[in-house]
This record gives sequence, C-alpha cells and structure tokens, in this order.
Amino acid sequence: MLDLNAYKSETKPTWCPGCGDFAVLSSLMKATQALQLEPWNIFIASGIGCSSNFPHFLSAFGFHGIHGRSLPVASGAKLANPELTVIAAGGDGDGFGIGAGHFVHTMRRNLDITYIVMDNQIYGLTTGQASPTSEMKMQTKSTPEGVIEEPINPIALALGAGATFVSRGFSGDVKGLTEILTAAIQHKGFALVDVLSPCVTYNKINTYEWFRERVYRLDKEGHDPSDLGKAWARAVEWPAFGSLRERVPTGIFYQLKGKPTYEDLEPGLRAGPLSKRVAGMKPELGKELLAEFY
Amino acid sequence: MSKGFVFRIGGAAGDGGSSSAENFARICVRSGLYTFTYTSYQSVIRGGHVWVQVRAAEDPVLSQGERPDLLLVLNQQTADIHATQVRDGGAILMDEAIQVDAAKLATGVRVLRMPLAKIATELGVQQLKNVVALSAAMALLDMDVGLLEEAIRETWGTRKPKALEGNLEAMRRGTAWIAANGGSMKLGIRFSGKRRLLMTGNNAIALGAVAAGCNFFAQYPMTPASSIMHWVASHALECGVVMKQAEDELAAINMCIGAAHVGTRAMTATSGGGFALMVEALGEAGMTETPIVVALVARCGPSTGLPTKTEQGDLNMALGAGQGDWPRIIIAPRNTVECFTESARSFNLADLYQTPVILLSDLYLSEGFRTVEPDALDMNIPIVRGFLADGAPPEGGYKRFKITDSGMSPRAFPGMKGFEYVAGTDEHTEDGELISDVRAGVPEFIEVRRKMHEKRMRKLRTAVKDMHGPEVWPEADAEYTILSWGSSQGPVREAVTRLRAEGASVNSMEFRDLFPMPVALVEKALAKVRASLLVEGNYTGQFGRLLRAETGFKPDFTYFKSDGEPFYPDELVTKVKEVLVRA
Repeated sequence: MLDLNAYKSETKPTWCPGCGDFAVLSSLMKATQALQLEPWNIFIASGIGCSSNFPHFLSAFGFHGIHGRSLPVASGAKLANPELTVIAAGGDGDGFGIGAGHFVHTMRRNLDITYIVMDNQIYGLTTGQASPTSEMKMQTKSTPEGVIEEPINPIALALGAGATFVSRGFSGDVKGLTEILTAAIQHKGFALVDVLSPCVTYNKINTYEWFRERVYRLDKEGHDPSDLGKAWARAVEWPAFGSLRERVPTGIFYQLKGKPTYEDLEPGLRAGPLSKRVAGMKPELGKELLAEFY
Repeated sequence: MSKGFVFRIGGAAGDGGSSSAENFARICVRSGLYTFTYTSYQSVIRGGHVWVQVRAAEDPVLSQGERPDLLLVLNQQTADIHATQVRDGGAILMDEAIQVDAAKLATGVRVLRMPLAKIATELGVQQLKNVVALSAAMALLDMDVGLLEEAIRETWGTRKPKALEGNLEAMRRGTAWIAANGGSMKLGIRFSGKRRLLMTGNNAIALGAVAAGCNFFAQYPMTPASSIMHWVASHALECGVVMKQAEDELAAINMCIGAAHVGTRAMTATSGGGFALMVEALGEAGMTETPIVVALVARCGPSTGLPTKTEQGDLNMALGAGQGDWPRIIIAPRNTVECFTESARSFNLADLYQTPVILLSDLYLSEGFRTVEPDALDMNIPIVRGFLADGAPPEGGYKRFKITDSGMSPRAFPGMKGFEYVAGTDEHTEDGELISDVRAGVPEFIEVRRKMHEKRMRKLRTAVKDMHGPEVWPEADAEYTILSWGSSQGPVREAVTRLRAEGASVNSMEFRDLFPMPVALVEKALAKVRASLLVEGNYTGQFGRLLRAETGFKPDFTYFKSDGEPFYPDELVTKVKEVLVRA
C-alpha cells in the first residue's frame, strides 16, 4: 500500500501563495494514491509556464520540456512504452496557444494520455499578458485597452477534435477535482482535464470568488456524460459568445468508453513496448530486407 | 577500359518516365552493370518536364555522367531540350510524331522514329508505349530482354494475367522493331550478370536505422526526406517499428525526444525547412541529454527554394541550430554505403554521448539510385547503448546529470524503481532540480550552472576521439588536392580519375565527420596539401569556413555551386585545369 508520501517530491513548489496549481498538485497526488499507481511507472511531461514546473513537485519520472510541446513528448513516450501512465501538464498558453496544433491532433489520435491544463486565463510567468482563454475586454499588459478576440473554449474544442474524455475541474473544489482526475487517469484514451486554476497575482477578474459564484457540478444536475449532444450544450454554456457568464459547469462533460486507443491500433506495437526491444537485427530479417533491392 | 553508356529519358510528369527509368536502372544492375541515376524533376505532379539519367558501366560509376549515348524521348519538349546533347554516334529513340532538327545533332546520331503510339493503340493500352520504348532501348544496348520480362512478371505476375500478356507483347514488339530497323548500337558492353543491390541514399539511411535497433520514427512529409518515411512505413510491421506521421516537424522531433527519453532509439528526417522548425527541440534534446538522430536531407534553399533540386547549403544551420551552446555531432555521408553505415553509427554515437546526432545528406545523395555491392551492407550492427544506470539506485539518490570527466552521466528510464527524476530544459542540478527560478544567480548555483554546462560541453571533447579524419584518395601525396565533403565525393573522384589519366598529379580529400572536428587528424592530412581547390555545393563555402575556423586552413581556390544542379565530373575537370594546373 503506497501512502500519499510516496508521491511527494523533496522540491517545494515555487508558485505564488494561493495559486490554484497547489490544489491541482494535491488532487493529482490523491488520485494517483487512490489508484495505487507506482510513482516509477508514472511519466509526466510538461512545457513552459508556472504550471509547467509541475513535474518537479511530484515524485515520478518527469520531463520538463520546451514551450507548447508537452503533448508530442508525452505521445512519443506513450508510443515507446505504453505500460507507463502518461500525463501531460501545463497551462492555457502552453496548450491552447503555442501548442494548440498538438492539442487538436493528440485528441483525434486518442492516445491513452491524461492532459491536465491549469487554465488561469493569463500568462503568469511572463508577468501578465493575455492568454488564449482570457475573456473579451480583459485588460492585461499586452492588451491595455482590453482583449478584442474571443477566448478559446477548450471543452468545445476537445469535443470537436474527438477527445474521448472531456472534463473541467476547479481548484476551489479539491474533492471534485480529485474525482475527475481519478476518472481521467482510469479512462482508456485521451482525457482532457481543463482546470480553472486562478492566478492570484495577474488575473484580477477570474478569481476564486468569481468562480465560486458561478461554478456548478454537472453530476449534481443529472448530466449524462455518454450523451455527446448534451455535452455540446453544456460545453457552450461558458465561455460563449455574448454569454451572461452566470453558470460555469464543472465535472465530466463527455466520456466515450471502449474506443480503441492509438496504441491498440498501432501495428508496430504488436510485439510489445518499443523501449524493451532495442536490439540488433535478426539475420533472417536483415537478409529479407536486403533481398528487395536486387 | 570500362565500357558503359548514359541513357536519358525525358517527358512530362505523369508520362511514366520516372518509373520506366527506375525499372531500367534495376534491369541494368541485374544485367551486371554498375548503375547510377539522377532524376531532374519539378514540384508538379502532372505536366512540366522530368528527365532521368541512368548511367551504367562494367566498372563502378560514381556520378550521373554527362551527355547521353541514348535518349528516349517521351514528348516534344524533351526532343527540343535534349536532342542536341546526345553524343557523337549516339541514338535518339522517339515516337514518329516528334520532330527533331537533324542538322543540329552531333555527328552520326541515329534518329529512330518509332511508331510507339501506334503500337500502343494496336495493343489497346496507351501506357504500353513506355514498355515498347524500354524494350527497344534495351535492344539497342544489346541487353538481355529476358530481364525486362522478369521485371514485368514481378509487377503483373499472377495478379493480372491480361495486363501481363499486354506488357509482354509490347516488349516483343519493341525488340522486333529494332531488329527490323538497323539493330543494336553495338557498344560491345560485357554484361557480367553478377547481381548487386540498387538503392537510394534514403533507402540506406532507413535500413541503417532499423539495423541499429531504431524502432521509433516520427516524421512530417518533406522533399527530399519523405522516402525515408515511406520505406519505414512499408516495413513497419515486419520490423516491429512505429512510424508516426506527425502533424508538423515540431511534433515529429518532440515525439522522438519522448520516445528516446523512455529508452527506445528514435529518428526523425526532414529537409531544411522542417529542420528549421526543429531547432528549438534540438536544444531541448541537448539540454535534457536525450539521444536522437535527425536526418537532414538538404535541398536547394533558401526558404522553399527549389524543392526538387540539390544543395549542400544547410551545414551552417546544422552547426548553429539552437540557442546557446549544446553538444552536437554532425556526420555527412559521402555515398550510399555510408548512408547505411553512418545512419547506424549515428544511433551508437547518440547513445554514447547522450545528445542529438545530425546525419547530413542532400537530395543528390538521398534520392539517386546507386549500385551497392552485396556484402557492403552488414545488417549485423553492434548496439552500443552507452552509460546506463543499473542495479539498485545509489546511496544518496540517483543523479541523472552527475558531473563526470567524460561528460556522460548514467541514464535511467521511466519504469525503474528508485530512479525517479525530472529531465529539465531549464538549467538543473545533478539530480535534475531546476536552478532557474529561486536559485538563479545565487553564488552556489552560479557554480552549479558553470559545472553543468561544462559537463555537457565536455562530451564534445570525449566524442572527438570517435570522429574520423578525411579520406584521401587514391593516394596521400599529390601535387594538387581537391577538398570536398559529403555527397560530392563521387563526381570529385571521377574528375580525379580523368585528370590522373591525363598525367596530372591530383588527389581527393573527402570529409565526412564534420563536427566535432577531429582537428589533429585533419591538420595532419592538410599538412600534406600543396595546392588545393575546395568544392562545395553552396554559395558561401560553409564547410570552408568551418575548416578555417577549426584549423586556420585556407584553400588556394574554391569552386562553389548553388544552382540546384549536382556536380558533373566534366565541370570539375575544367575547373581544376583552370586553377590548379595554372597554380
């Protein structure tokens, strides 16, 4: 039995006091402990940003890469060794800005990866510029007159790209977030967990209080996550064009169970994990390959 | 004296000229001739002008040769462009509807106006005119038409008996027509019948990779690197490898980094534009000490440039890719066999030095079909994985980035209990903790940064021992030396052979292991150079600058070419005579 300490890193988080990311870290540790995942079989890839420092604060194998590329690194790792529990983590700028292309393509592939986005609707590490999820009219260092483009709706984007598990958590609800993360890791296929994770330093609009007044839990309203049509209807509640923004749904919007993962379908993996098969070539195969060139 | 010929086929894209030429080249090899092809194509799928040159001879051929002995004309434009280039005593084979101005041809060129379209119409399939023409060409060259029959049977076999019979009939009609219209060109070539391999440089790169245990490939399509992906994809199942076509080059290289990080061997391939997109990730691999192999198959730049033309213009990019300094290894294979051996070797070097290896090829080398001796490719590649962590984690914790004299540190892979660590692109401590935030600039950590950076860069000093100096051919001492690197070896050697036959004392110094440069070995070789000509396929002399930076050597003369075309032995002979003999 692994206790919670098994997942604790000796490195203390460097996030600002009150940062939403602390709740994500503790929720993920609780989820991995609940699932009794062995830390050495967990691989977490991240990009760049406050939240991308995440792998350092957890006891597991980690890869703290470059900006926007956590998903390709995670994809390569998963394809090379599908036995690992692969998690990608980062912020909204990392995932929906510079990494948006990878986000869409990784979802349509349905690799068995859990993607945690700590979505604070601002660029924190670069001291407060507009992010892809910053709301219209929000004043930031790069938009002193206010944002004049619509924010990305990660939930709708994920549904459109074919993600088989689409969810939203809130750092103000560790219990709910832990449940979502546990289900996301258990889900066989790509799982998006978009976490409303307030930036207490640079986002003075989308604060804990702002969300507390608006969030509600989908499961408490009898939402059926197997219904794609209903998932769409909930997805566009927030953020939406001209929305009154009165209600922000959290929980699992959609889950499609039983769809084969990319790894299941990949012919090159039929003989087992690649990382365990690095070896010289069998002479018969070498001969066979050369024979084609005569 | 080795006898042989240059066969050129030209037409519009979609006319079937390229596949006819590939078939023809394969038949040449099967007949026992050494063969070398060069395809001049364009970035169009249909139309335009494509021509392929197949040079074949009794002894090894190292370049595409020059003017054709036999020209097969598939459209009027080909006649207009190429007919005057046919050598004295050569032949032009074409449909009777095509016009050539006989007065403009070289002396004694035989023009064979063949009813290609008419025969094809009689056979009921227009595409068969290429088979008629190919068999006629073979009859002109006294080649065994049975080899064409063999190739036709391989293609159509039992699959399509009707198509098989049509092709065989087309073949018979072509040879019969030549027999009835003056017979062969009587070149007197001896066909040994000894079978060898015919492959492209990209085939060899892919083969070398799988032979070296690489089982993860991720790539985004880009000419002229795409055929590496094509070969791997079509052999993925039997080789047990994953070939992932990525959404872009950023994803391709990052997937390789992820795959290599967890313990497999990974490769991506691209051309200059894609490589430019990979630059940031190359530094990522350098910083996280992740071994990957990147095949950079250069084409004519800058920017989109001439996508179907060749250039050796990406060396500077390979040398300078990435912010800051990180250790890289750059190897430029000089021929098809080295595409195989150096591709395989790159994986061992990458694992040994835990850093990216750039395999620098170009369109000319990567796309040309060339003969390879049957025993030249040893598929039994020893796998060297370098410094791996094993057993129990050490007392005091595992240090992935342990400071060592060699610069290399023990590698552990996810899944190994007790070895958990984070590989970071931020500067980090020996155990992987980042020092970029609350520790940056603190005296203790200034020292950590300095030591860690030096440790990584020290790998170059260690790796240089594995780098080879230039090959000097055919003998160490000569009055004049032609210096080249990578794919220019073949044309340079042919030029040297011709010059020596004329009595000139010329040799060739050919560089392959470009970085880190083994300066002592290079200086030793350069010490023997008396007068020199540096030959490079780019505008600025990128290798010359590297050579001068590393050794202070400055060649007496340079010949830089960047018009998209490969080097021809003739032009090199002319250049050498112009500058060196005068010197």
